[in-house]
Formats: sequence, C-alpha cells, structure tokens
Amino acid sequence: MLSIKNLYVAIDGKPILDGLSLDVPAGEVHAVMGPNGAGKSTLSYALAGRPGYETAAGSVTLDGEDLLALEANERAARGVFLSFQYPTEIPGVPALTFIRTAMNAQRRARGEAEISAPEFLRLARAKAATLKIDFDMLKRALNVGFSGGEKKRMEILQMAMISPRFAILDETDSGLDIDALRIVADGVNAMRSADRAMLVITHYQRLLDHIRPDRVHVLAAGRIVASGGPELAHALEREGYDKYAKAAA
Amino acid sequence: MSLARAIETGDLAQLPSRRDEDWRWTDLRGLLRVLPPPSPPHVGWAAPGPFAGLAGREVKIVNGRGPGGITVPAGERHTVALRFIAAPDAGAHAARLAIEIEDGAELVLLESYEGVGEGYVAQVDLRIRLGAGARLERIVMTRDSPDSVSVSKTEATLGPAAALAQTVLAAGARRQRTETRVSHPGAGGASVRLDGLYVLDGKRHADITTVVTHDGVDGATDQLTKGVARDQARGVFQGRIVVSPGADRTDARMGHHALLLSDRAEVDAKPELEIYADDVVCAHGNTVGALDEEGLFYAKQRGIPDAEARAMLTEAFLGEVVDRIGHEGAREVARTWVAKQLGAAS
Repeated sequence: MLSIKNLYVAIDGKPILDGLSLDVPAGEVHAVMGPNGAGKSTLSYALAGRPGYETAAGSVTLDGEDLLALEANERAARGVFLSFQYPTEIPGVPALTFIRTAMNAQRRARGEAEISAPEFLRLARAKAATLKIDFDMLKRALNVGFSGGEKKRMEILQMAMISPRFAILDETDSGLDIDALRIVADGVNAMRSADRAMLVITHYQRLLDHIRPDRVHVLAAGRIVASGGPELAHALEREGYDKYAKAAA
Repeated sequence: MSLARAIETGDLAQLPSRRDEDWRWTDLRGLLRVLPPPSPPHVGWAAPGPFAGLAGREVKIVNGRGPGGITVPAGERHTVALRFIAAPDAGAHAARLAIEIEDGAELVLLESYEGVGEGYVAQVDLRIRLGAGARLERIVMTRDSPDSVSVSKTEATLGPAAALAQTVLAAGARRQRTETRVSHPGAGGASVRLDGLYVLDGKRHADITTVVTHDGVDGATDQLTKGVARDQARGVFQGRIVVSPGADRTDARMGHHALLLSDRAEVDAKPELEIYADDVVCAHGNTVGALDEEGLFYAKQRGIPDAEARAMLTEAFLGEVVDRIGHEGAREVARTWVAKQLGAAS
C-alpha cells in the first residue's frame, strides 16, 4: 500500500526528515511514535502534500503510484486522508457543505458520479450518530467555535464519510478526554479493513490501548530508529525516548 | 467642492482632489481633464433592474432626470426600487433626491446604479430623513461601467428610536464612491447598521466612505465592510465614527476586512474613531491580507481543487456581510451578485 523510501524533507533549509523509510501494507495499522521535534507532523504534512513541505530526495508511493508528483487534492482523490492535529476553522462554510463539496470533488476526479443529496444526508446522519455528533452541529461553520474534542470527532466523521484508502491520524488523541478518546478510537477501528491502511502518529501510548497497531515505529531525529510489535509502545511509555534520541544523534 | 458642483458649473476646479483629506484615495481632479457634455434627456428606459419583482413601486432617474423625492407617510410600509440609470447616451449629470420616512413608517429601499453608457460622469445626492421610530433598510447595488466616474452621496438624519440598516454592494468603476453620512441621535434606542461589500477586478476602483456622528446618549452603530480586490483593482474604505460630547454610553463597532487576490491589487483603509464622550464602547478592526493558507490546504487535503477551494473560501468570507441583510429577496440577490462577481473576476 504505502511505501516511503529514504525520504528527505527540509523546511526553510533545515533538514527535518533525514532518510526516512517505512512500509505500511494494506490491511494494517502502523503507529509512529517519537519525541517532540522528531518530525512526526512534518511526516504527515509531507505525505499529504502541504506546500512548504517539499521533499529533497526519496520517494513515496501508494500502490506503486508516485504521490510526490501530485497536488494535495490529487493525493486526496487517490485515497490519502489526513486527520489534522489542529483542524482548521473554515468560517462561513457549513460542515455539511464542506464535506459534500470534498466528496464530490474526489468523485469527479476519479470519474465517478456525484453523491445525491438524499444519499449524502443519510450517510451523514448515520456516521454522525455513531460518533455521537449532534447533527445540527453539521449545519454550523466547520470547526468554528468547536471544542478540541469536537474538532477531532469532526475529523473522524470526515474520514468515515470520505472513506479513504490510506489515512494518517496526526496526534488524534491530543485534547480528548477519555470518553471522547473511546468514541474516536471506535470510529477509527470501525474503518479497519483489508484494503485500507492507517498510520497513527502519536506522542503517547494511551491512544494505542484503544487503536491496537500491527506495528510500532520510533521516529527520532528524522528517521525510523526502531520498529516492533505493540509491545514497543509500552516499552517507550516505561523507558521514554531518551535512548533513541541519543542513538539518532 | 464636489463632483456635482463641477458638473453643474462646468468648472473643473470644483472637483475634489487628493489635497482634500477625505478624497486623497479617490482623486477626481487629477483624473478628469475635461468633462463629457451634459447628458441629454432620455425617455422610455424599459430594461429591468437588479431588484426587479421585489418592490411594490419603482422610481427611475435616467441621465439625472426623474422625480425629486419619495415620501413614506406615517405608519405605512413601502418597498421601493430606486434606479439611477446612465443610459447609452449619458455624458455628465447630477441628480438630487429627498427621501422622507415619516414617524413610524418603514421603507425597504432597493437602490441601484446602472451604467449602460460609456465614459459617463455622474453624481447622486440623497437626503434621507427618518422620523421618530421610522425604519429604513437600504440595499445599494452598483453596476457602473468600467470607464465611468460615479459618486453617490447620502446624508441621513435619524429621529428618536429610528433604525437605519444599509448594505452597499460595490463593483467599482474607473472611479466610484459611495459615501454615507449619518446623523445619529442616540435617544430611545436609535440604531444604525452600515455594511459594505466590494468585489473588484480589472482596473476598477471602489470607495466606500462612511461618517456616523453620535449626538445623543445610548446610540448603537454596527459596521461591517468586506472586500475582495483582484488584478489591478483598488478598494478604499474610510469609516469614521464621531461620538460627540454628551453622547455617553454610545456602543459603536466597525470592522473592515479585505482580501487581496493579486500582487497588483490595492486596498486602502482608514478607520477612525473620534470620541469626546464618557462611558463609551467603541471598537474597530481592520485586516487586509491574502486568503488563509491554512484553510486552503485543509480544503485541498479533503480533495477540493485549488480554484474551487479559493472560490469557496472567498465566497464564505463575503457571505458574512450578505447574511446580515434583513430583506430576504434582497439577500438572495446579493448572494447571487457575489457569486457572479467572483465568477466574472476569476
């Protein structure tokens, strides 16, 4: 599914990702953990195609297709979804309007028919209910005045509606209380499937009690410095990132 | 000194120039070396205006000629389409109109500036008087020709407990100015909302100037102007709120926010608060910038292509002003106008 080979990304001339390689096969959920400043958010932005996060070297492919040559919206249409650490407020655009515009733009890009209004509303009602989002909230401007937890739930709602092939969850647990964390994790787990892969980026292990990863990778100083099973997350929680930060330096 | 005076006397020295502080961004003396000939009378103008079908009555001023006034008798409620038309044969003309909204009366004024001719030079002077408890919602739409010079100046005086709500939709011209001066009595809950929108492309210039003078206690003024300038267009916003001595407990807010969508576009803004009273709440905010890159990337990450994302965010930015229009039909006309202006300019 997703294959990252020897990726270098510099921001304002400062190298952040320093030869990062990672493979996430279809059907699997991988976690990337690391200390602050290791390059976790840079990785998510570079994969999503954020301007200013251009790659100096290396390759990123999704099912063999080069992602780095594509604009952010083209990557989205190929199935890349980023759940933002800090979801952006979109004043003046109701959440429903925004999500429908996004879904139809992706469908057009893939040569598919647009979703009909009744079908869209049915889907939105169903997904909102499972994420315990009040449907009336979807009539408000997206993320404007939403709490941190509401914004994160809105990210997962969009993921559920858009149904991407490859999802990146950037610090999805930050700002969530334990109940919201469970709802969000359930929403993510409901999307696990044989033809979808996910990359869960997190600083703390607690999210991984709810979204159990197939593999855990440690990101330090711009590279993957260790990989293992779910037990690696617990080891990190006990021992901290110090030894990896030293090893990478 | 005014454009109207220059048109009436033929004396170019009467034109306002950059040396007049209020006109420094809309210099007419430096622009006009000659005036076109006086506009001839024009009869039989039949094309429908932008608010067709929404008003019970239509008042047309063609090439500066038409009725001299509109009166809404006490306690009555009218919706009037007031159309200032520069016909294809228009040259230079000036018009004056008095609008009287008697005590307790209500008027929805759907005012349009429709330029069909080329190169005309025109000024309209409006005097609006609102009686005690009278209400006016005024929506002004400008459709001037790109090479015209068009000035509209309004002086509004409010009686006790009167309410004025205004939205100007400006598409610009070679030089265009919509100026509104309001005498605000405070007293008994008189309120003023003065909003504006400008969407400019090419070399168009739109100037929205307002002056609100609070002369009594407890008055409220709420102003929100938003604009978009592309290409080499230029937007000007001048807003002044004066709180006179004794106009205590005035509550006045003014916001002006503009998007510059090209390197060569320009927006000049001068928000001013002059406060000579006590216990006053006055606030102003002014921002000029590009489209929010964060919002743009967020939308693109969700699959929305660049041009569509920009259009969506720009329309949403302007929509806040449209949403404040009270008259439902006019609000929809304004919404369509914004979409069309943005489409035409993209």
